[in-house]
Amino acid sequence: MAFIGSVIFGVTTRQDLKDGVIKRWYLRPDSSRIFFDPKRAPLAAVYHFLTAIMLYSYFIPISLYVSIEIVKVLQSIFINQDIHMYYEEADKPARARTSNLNEELGQVDTILSDKTGTLTCNSMEFIKCSIAGTAYGRGVTEVEMAMGRRKGSSLVFQTNENDDMEFSKEAITEESTVKGFNFRDERIMKGNWVTEMNANMIQKFFRLLAVCHTVIPEVDEDTEKITYEAESPDEAAFVIAARELGFEFFNRTQTTIAVRELDLVTGKRVERLYKILNVLEFNSTRKRMSVIVQDEDGKLLLFCKGADNVMFERLSKNGREFEEETRDHVHEYADAGLRTLILAYRELDEKEYKVFNEKISEAKSSVSVDRESLIEEVTEKVEKDLTLLGATAVEDKLQNGVPDCIDKLAQAGIKIWVLTGDKMETAINIGFACSLLRQDMKQIIINLETPEILSLEKTGEKDAITKVSKENVLAQIINGKTQLKYSGGNSDAFALIIDGKSLAYALDDDVKHIFLELAVSCASVICCRSSPKQKALVTRLVKSGNGKTTLAIGDGANDVGMLQEADIGVGISGVEGMQAVMSSDIAIAQFRYLERLLLVHGHWCYRRISTMICYFFYKNITFGFTLFLYETYTTFSSTPAYNDWFLSLYNVFFSSLPVIALGVFDQDVSARYCLKFPLLYQEGVQNVLFSWRRILGWMFNGFYSAIIVFYLCKSSLQSQAFNHDGKTAGREILGGTMYTCIVWVVNLQLALAISYFTLIQHIVIWSSIVVWYFFITVYGELPSNISTGAYKVFVEALAPSLSYWLITLFVVVTTLMPYFIYSALQMSFFPMYHGMIQWLRYEGQCNDPEYCDMVRQRSIRPTTVGFTARLEAKKRSVRRSESES
Amino acid sequence: MSSSATSSVALGGGSAEASASKNTSKRPKYSRFTQQELPACKPILTPKWVILTFLISGVVFIPLGVICLFASQGVTEIVDRYDTDCIPLSSRDNKVRYIQGLEDKRCNRTIMVTKTMKNPVYIYYQLENFYQNHRRYVKSRQDGQLRGPKDEHDVKSCAPEDTIGGEPIVPCGLVAWSLFNDTYDFSRNNEKIPVNKKGISWKSDRESKFGKNVFPKNFQKGSPIGGKSLDQHVPLSEQEDLIVWMRTAALPIFRKLYGKIDTDLQAGDTIKVLLQNNYNTYSFNGKKKLVLSTTSWLGGRNDFLGIAYLTVGSICLFLAFFFSVLYLAKPRQLGDPSYLSWNRSAGGGR
Repeated sequence: MAFIGSVIFGVTTRQDLKDGVIKRWYLRPDSSRIFFDPKRAPLAAVYHFLTAIMLYSYFIPISLYVSIEIVKVLQSIFINQDIHMYYEEADKPARARTSNLNEELGQVDTILSDKTGTLTCNSMEFIKCSIAGTAYGRGVTEVEMAMGRRKGSSLVFQTNENDDMEFSKEAITEESTVKGFNFRDERIMKGNWVTEMNANMIQKFFRLLAVCHTVIPEVDEDTEKITYEAESPDEAAFVIAARELGFEFFNRTQTTIAVRELDLVTGKRVERLYKILNVLEFNSTRKRMSVIVQDEDGKLLLFCKGADNVMFERLSKNGREFEEETRDHVHEYADAGLRTLILAYRELDEKEYKVFNEKISEAKSSVSVDRESLIEEVTEKVEKDLTLLGATAVEDKLQNGVPDCIDKLAQAGIKIWVLTGDKMETAINIGFACSLLRQDMKQIIINLETPEILSLEKTGEKDAITKVSKENVLAQIINGKTQLKYSGGNSDAFALIIDGKSLAYALDDDVKHIFLELAVSCASVICCRSSPKQKALVTRLVKSGNGKTTLAIGDGANDVGMLQEADIGVGISGVEGMQAVMSSDIAIAQFRYLERLLLVHGHWCYRRISTMICYFFYKNITFGFTLFLYETYTTFSSTPAYNDWFLSLYNVFFSSLPVIALGVFDQDVSARYCLKFPLLYQEGVQNVLFSWRRILGWMFNGFYSAIIVFYLCKSSLQSQAFNHDGKTAGREILGGTMYTCIVWVVNLQLALAISYFTLIQHIVIWSSIVVWYFFITVYGELPSNISTGAYKVFVEALAPSLSYWLITLFVVVTTLMPYFIYSALQMSFFPMYHGMIQWLRYEGQCNDPEYCDMVRQRSIRPTTVGFTARLEAKKRSVRRSESES
Repeated sequence: MSSSATSSVALGGGSAEASASKNTSKRPKYSRFTQQELPACKPILTPKWVILTFLISGVVFIPLGVICLFASQGVTEIVDRYDTDCIPLSSRDNKVRYIQGLEDKRCNRTIMVTKTMKNPVYIYYQLENFYQNHRRYVKSRQDGQLRGPKDEHDVKSCAPEDTIGGEPIVPCGLVAWSLFNDTYDFSRNNEKIPVNKKGISWKSDRESKFGKNVFPKNFQKGSPIGGKSLDQHVPLSEQEDLIVWMRTAALPIFRKLYGKIDTDLQAGDTIKVLLQNNYNTYSFNGKKKLVLSTTSWLGGRNDFLGIAYLTVGSICLFLAFFFSVLYLAKPRQLGDPSYLSWNRSAGGGR
C-alpha cells in the first residue's frame, strides 16, 4: 500500500516541475528539500515510502500484543478462581502457572494421560464376586454409576439404581472404616452366607482368599487391628475381603497360615491352621498362583487363582459345573472395568503330592538354564483337573468422576491416550474401567512376547534381537493397518495397545510415521510398560506428527518429560510430590477438573482470544484504511487525516477497553451449556473461529467499513457550507467527523459481535464512545499551542452543527448494516454450533431432553470411547440380536 | 491489619483458631464475578429483532432524508466558473504567462439571480485541483509566530518562505505565502453591493490563534511573489482572509468564504461582478469558481445526505420485508448438520 502511494507520489512530484515549468507553484517545488524535490523524485519517493510506512503502521495492531497479554493474565486469574476446580479435601484450587496457553486449552486434540495417580487413586477395592455361579456384590463401580446416570430415563435401570443408591448410602458409614473393601451384599455378609445354598462352596471360596496369597499380616499391639503388607494392592484387597466376610487371616509363619473362620456346623468362630506345603508363585507367563496346603484334617488341598484364560482350561470335567455362569459374570465384570480372577481348588491325594513334591524340589534345585521351564512343566502337571469355585472382581479405584470426565472429553471429540508404566493387563483393565476400551472393540495388541523372540532373547545376541524385534513390530503394525482397512474405514471400534519394548522400536525414525498413522486411526491407544522417556517421545511424536495441540496430564516425577514435551502440561497436584506440578503449565487437583478446564475455560479462552484477534485486525484496518483513502486525495503526500493525538490515542482510549472486556468476559454460551454440549469444543479443535476465512472475513469487514465511512463522510462534507453560518469544512472538521464515526462504528461493531452483555460490557463500550467526546472537548479547550488543529473544533464547529450529528448517525448505521445482515442470516439459517445452543437457550427448550439430544446428535460423529459409546454399542448389539432372533 | 486485630479481640481461643484456618484456606471466594456468572443479557438476532431493527431504521431514516433533502433544496446556490473566461482570447494559448504578467487583469462577470436569496448571502471562491492538504504545504507554517510577537524568529518549519535577508517573514510559510488574491466587487443596477468581510473566519481562530499584536512583516517581499499582500498596519487577527485561508481544506476541491452580502438578492436581479483575476491556478489546471449561496440549518446545498438517508431508509424497509418473507417461507430449522465444518471434514479428513 505504501509502495503504491510512493510511486504515485513520485510521479506527481516529478510532474510538479517539468522542463522548468512549475505546476503546483504553491508548493514551491523549485526550492524544496529532498522529501518533495521533483528533480530527485525517485529519491523523494523512497523517503515517502518510509513516511507512509509510519503512517500505515496503524494497520498493524501493535497494541494487540499488550492487550492479549493483559487478557491472558486476567483469564488465568479466572481459572485460578474457579470454585468448581477447587479440591476441598486437599485445599487446592486450580493454578495456571503460565498464562500464555489459555487459548490452546480450547484446541486440544489429543490428551496423553498417565494412569496411576492421574486416572486412578492407586487403591484396590474388592467389589464383587461370583461363587458357584451366583453373582454377589451390589457395590457400584464408577463406570456403572456413570452409565446409570446416562441411562437415567429408562425405567428398568432406575429401579436398579435406586437399589444401589440405598446400599451405597448404607455403606457410607462402614466404608470409612475399611479401605479396599466395597462389597455390599446382605446375602453373604455378617455370616449370612451360611444359609446360602452353596454355603460349602462359599466357605471354600473365602478360605481360598484367606490362604492363597503372599501377604504378611501386621497386628497392631494396642487395638489388635490387623493390617496387611502386600506385594500388590489387589492381594491386600482379597485378604481384607476375606476378613470382612469372616475369614480373618491373622498370622503367618514359615510353614503355616492361621485363619479365624466360622465353622459351618457349629456356627462358631474357630482358629484354623493351614500348613503350607508349596507356594507356586505368580508370574506373567503363568498368570496364576497356587498354594498347596494341608488342613487340620490332614487333607491336601491345592488352591489356585489366576486369569480366566489360563484357568478355564485347567478345570476338571466335573469341576465345570458353573462354568457357563461364571464366564458370563467374568465377562460382565471385565466390561465394567473390574479386575477379575478365577478361583479354583483341587484335592490331592497323598501319592500324587509326593511325586509332585519330589519333582518340584528337583526342579528347584537344578542349576541349568531351563530351570524356569522345568518348574513350569512340573506345576503344569499338578495345576489341572481343578474344580471351579468362582470369580472375584476388584476395582482399581478410579479417581472421582473420571469416567464421567473421560466420557465428556470423548464426546467433545478429544482423543485420549493412556501412557502408563504398568503392566499390560492392568492398563487394559483401567482402559475398561475408564470406558476407553469395551468388549466389542477390536484390540490391536503389539508386543514382543512371541515365542521366537523370547527364545531369541535367551540366546542373547543383541543385534539379532533388535533386528528381529523391529521386523516383528513393523509387521504387527502393518498387520494392524490392514485390519483397519478391512473394517472399511470404520475405525471406531479399534483399540491399540502397545507395550514398552515394542514401543522402543515403533518410535524408531523409519517406523514411527506408520505407527502414528495406525495409532491415530484407532479409537483409543494405550501404551503400557513405558518409560518416562518413551512417554515424552510418544508425546513428541503426536505433537509433531499430527500438528495438533496435545495435552499431557500426569502427577509423578516420571511424567515430567511428557508434561514438558506436550503443548500443554497439566500437573495433578496430588500426593506424589511436586515435580509434575513444577514442570506443568497448569496444575489441577483432580483429573475430573480437566473437563471444566478444557470444555469451559478452554473453549471460552479460545473463543475470546480468536475473536479478539480478528476484531483487532478489523478495528485497525477500519482506522488505517481511512487514512489510506484520504491519502488518495492528497496525492499520497502522507498527510494524516486526523490530528496526531487522535492517531496515537485510538488504540489506547477509544477502542482498547471494550476489546479487552471481550477477551476477558465474553461467553458464547454459559458454563452449563459448555458442559452439556461437549461437542462445542470441536470449534476449537477444528479451529473454525480462527480460520483464514474468518480472519479474512473480518479484514474485509474492516476494509468496507473504512470505505463506507470515508466516502460517506467525504460526500456529505463536500465543498459546500457545513453549518448554518456558511463556514466550510476544513481538514480538522472532516477528520473529526470521520474519527467520530469510526469510534462509534468499531465500538458498536464489537457490541454486535459479542453475545454476552454484563454491566461491564455496557460500561466499557459506552464509555469508550463517551471518552472520545470528552477527549475532543477537553483537548480542544487546551491552549491552541497544545491542541493545534483540534483547538475548539468540537465545541465551536462540530457540536453546534446539526449536519455533524446527522452524518454520524447515518454513517454509523449504514456501516454496520452489512455485518448485521450477514449475522442475521447466519444466525437464522446457518448457525454455527454455538449459535444452535444459543437458540436452544433462547427458546427455552434446553429442559426438553429429546430436543437437546437432537441438537447434540445433530453434529455428532459417533463417539468412539467413553460410556456413552459403550451404551450405544450395547444398544446396537441388543438390536442386532433381536433382529437375528 | 485492623481485621486481624478485631478478630482476636472479638473471638475466643477456639473460634479464633477456626477463623484462622479459614483464612489460610486457598478456597477461591465465591462471587458471581469470579465465577463468571454475572447477570448478563445475551441477545441473539431473533427474527423479531432483525425485522424490528430494519423497520425502525427505515422509519427513522426516510423522514430524516426528506427533511435533509428539503433543507438542501431550500438553499439557492449560484456557481460561476471564471478561470478560462477571464483570460482574453488572445492569451488563451498560454494562460500561465498571462497570469504571471503585469497587465491589468480586470474581468467583468454577470450573474443572474433566478431565485430570491435571503440574506446573508455567502460569497465563496472555489478552487479545484488545489492540494491544500499536501503534506509539505500543511506543514509549512508556524503557529507560534502567528499567536504572538515573541516567537517571531521561530521560522524553521516555514522553508523556503522563512526569511528574507536574515529577517523573518511574518506570517511565514507556504500557506500564508500562497494566499488567494482574486477580488470581487458586486453591483446591482449600478449600485454597489457592500461585501461584509467581518466574521467569515472561526471565532476561536481570531481570538487565540492569530495575535492582535502581530503585524505582517517582510511579507511577499521576496521573489517569486505567491499571492496576496497584507496590510502591514492591520494585526493578523483582523486579516480574516488570511485566517480563512490558513484553515487548510481537506480535499483538493474546496470553497472558502470570501464575504457576506447582508441584503437580499431578488429573483431576476442581475448582478455585475468586477473581478480581479490574479490568482494563478493555470499552472496546475485548477478551476476557479465564484459561488453565491444561502444556507439552511444544515449548511449549504448538498443533496447527498438527504438522498443517502432516503436510499438507506428504503433499503432498510425492503430488508425488513425481505426478512419477514424469508422467516415465513423458511422457518429456521435447527441448522443442517452438514453446515458444520467438522462434519464435512470428518468424512474424508481423517
